[in-house]
Amino acid sequence: MYTQNKNESRRDFLKKSTALAALSIASPVLAKAADNDEKIAALFEKMPLRLEVNGVAHSLSVEPRVTLLDLLREQLHLMGTKKGCDHGQCGACTVHVDGKNINSCLSLAVMNEGKKITTIEGLAKGDKLHPMQEAFIKHDGFQCGYCTPGQIMSAVCCVKEGHANSADEIREYMSGNICRCGAYPNIVDAIMEVKQGGQSL
Amino acid sequence: MINFDYIRTSTAKAAVDAKNKNAFSQFIAGGTNLVDLMKRGVTAPEKIIDINNLPLKQISADTKGIMIGALALNSDVAENAIIKSKYPLLAAALNAGASAQLRNMATVGGNMMQRTRCSYFYDITMPCNKREPGTGCGALQGQNRMHAVFGTSEKCIAVHPSDMCVALAALDATVHISGPKGDRKISFTDFHRLPGDTPELDNNLQKGELITGVHIPSNAFNKTHYLKIRDRASYAFALVSVAAALELSGNTINNARLAMGGVAHKPWRLTAVEKFLVGKPATKETFAAAAAMAMDSAVTFGQNNFKIKMGKAAVSEALQQATQKI
Repeated sequence: MYTQNKNESRRDFLKKSTALAALSIASPVLAKAADNDEKIAALFEKMPLRLEVNGVAHSLSVEPRVTLLDLLREQLHLMGTKKGCDHGQCGACTVHVDGKNINSCLSLAVMNEGKKITTIEGLAKGDKLHPMQEAFIKHDGFQCGYCTPGQIMSAVCCVKEGHANSADEIREYMSGNICRCGAYPNIVDAIMEVKQGGQSL
Repeated sequence: MINFDYIRTSTAKAAVDAKNKNAFSQFIAGGTNLVDLMKRGVTAPEKIIDINNLPLKQISADTKGIMIGALALNSDVAENAIIKSKYPLLAAALNAGASAQLRNMATVGGNMMQRTRCSYFYDITMPCNKREPGTGCGALQGQNRMHAVFGTSEKCIAVHPSDMCVALAALDATVHISGPKGDRKISFTDFHRLPGDTPELDNNLQKGELITGVHIPSNAFNKTHYLKIRDRASYAFALVSVAAALELSGNTINNARLAMGGVAHKPWRLTAVEKFLVGKPATKETFAAAAAMAMDSAVTFGQNNFKIKMGKAAVSEALQQATQKI
């Protein structure tokens, strides 16, 4: 920890001196940065970030080290997306970015500029649950529920992308979502039902 | 995670210039490995250069084969119609790796650049010559069940974790690189390094260089199989994997490629076994003889002794599975 703190203060010092130097000649530096098509975080502790979450456009300010997961939970207060392992091993943090399921714990928020994010909160239409949410309830696809938002986000892609043609194919596609309660058989049943229902997702 | 400067670039030149200017900078593409390493304190770049806006996502067939942009997603490559029909070995290897979510983030270039999953490399309280040169190797006499049996050194016995790279090594791919001194190409099998005295270097990229793509030449391999043996059925790193590609005419092997994963610091081509197979009939006996010589130069470290027997069985099984495909 000591080394890290020491590093941080050295970096802070460097950043502040860079910022001071930059401010004294502020506009040429910024103009040059724009020419180079580079957005520079060094001049600011936080970076501007625009993205759309569940259909709502956000204009935010974030440190480069903030992950998409932490942004969703701590700045946008969307607590449905869960932090499990925080290292891309459990899938609890799964969200859709431009329609694809990803681990939000391994994506820096600033890498999602201009992207469309969907979280578990964005699946239902008002009081009408998404067919996958209905199926998870019907088949009892959870016990403690902690992995469920991530399971459902992956399950939606599993069906949409055509990977739900058999129980084995579903198990393989869903292997990035761990359920320590062991609700797997019911999760597979829920996905099979949505696939067979043929609803548009 | 220690904070860092972050810039976005939209051309290879701007990215290379930025990297060349700062020795403590790193490119980020999918980020699935880099962000994890930064969270664990294994690496702490001063500057992150986001290359996701570079125009390197294309997968396009040409007269000599197929060019895959460095930023093509692992999932997009695995689902690509030409890859699936003409290079099914690559699609199979990609789908054997990681999870659906990670394949949607990970890029081809990033997959090549991923670091070893050696637990001593990841644990910053442990010695590791790869993470901190000169501190020693914890795995040599420690927990080494997952570790290498080919091409090791007394400094490092880590393995490269990729499945995709094993297939690309078998398929004679070429890596396209852009750098401060211009563009160059190197053979895929020369991209990754053996640990030797410098285990901190995973590959032969020079200062400021960026992978721009991978080219796979057209081939006549009509029987291929990627076999991955791991601790659970899915979403685990390989104990041993084998990429097998055969060109069969009738029952005669005209040409063969074999590469192994989970056994070395780089994808490990079995060139002597490939030569042995050429001209032989594709029979159980041939494959048994191939398997018998596959692990000839292997050296084990205690907990990974099983990889000799498993490696031989995997080679024979992969060859048989390949020939049984229609």
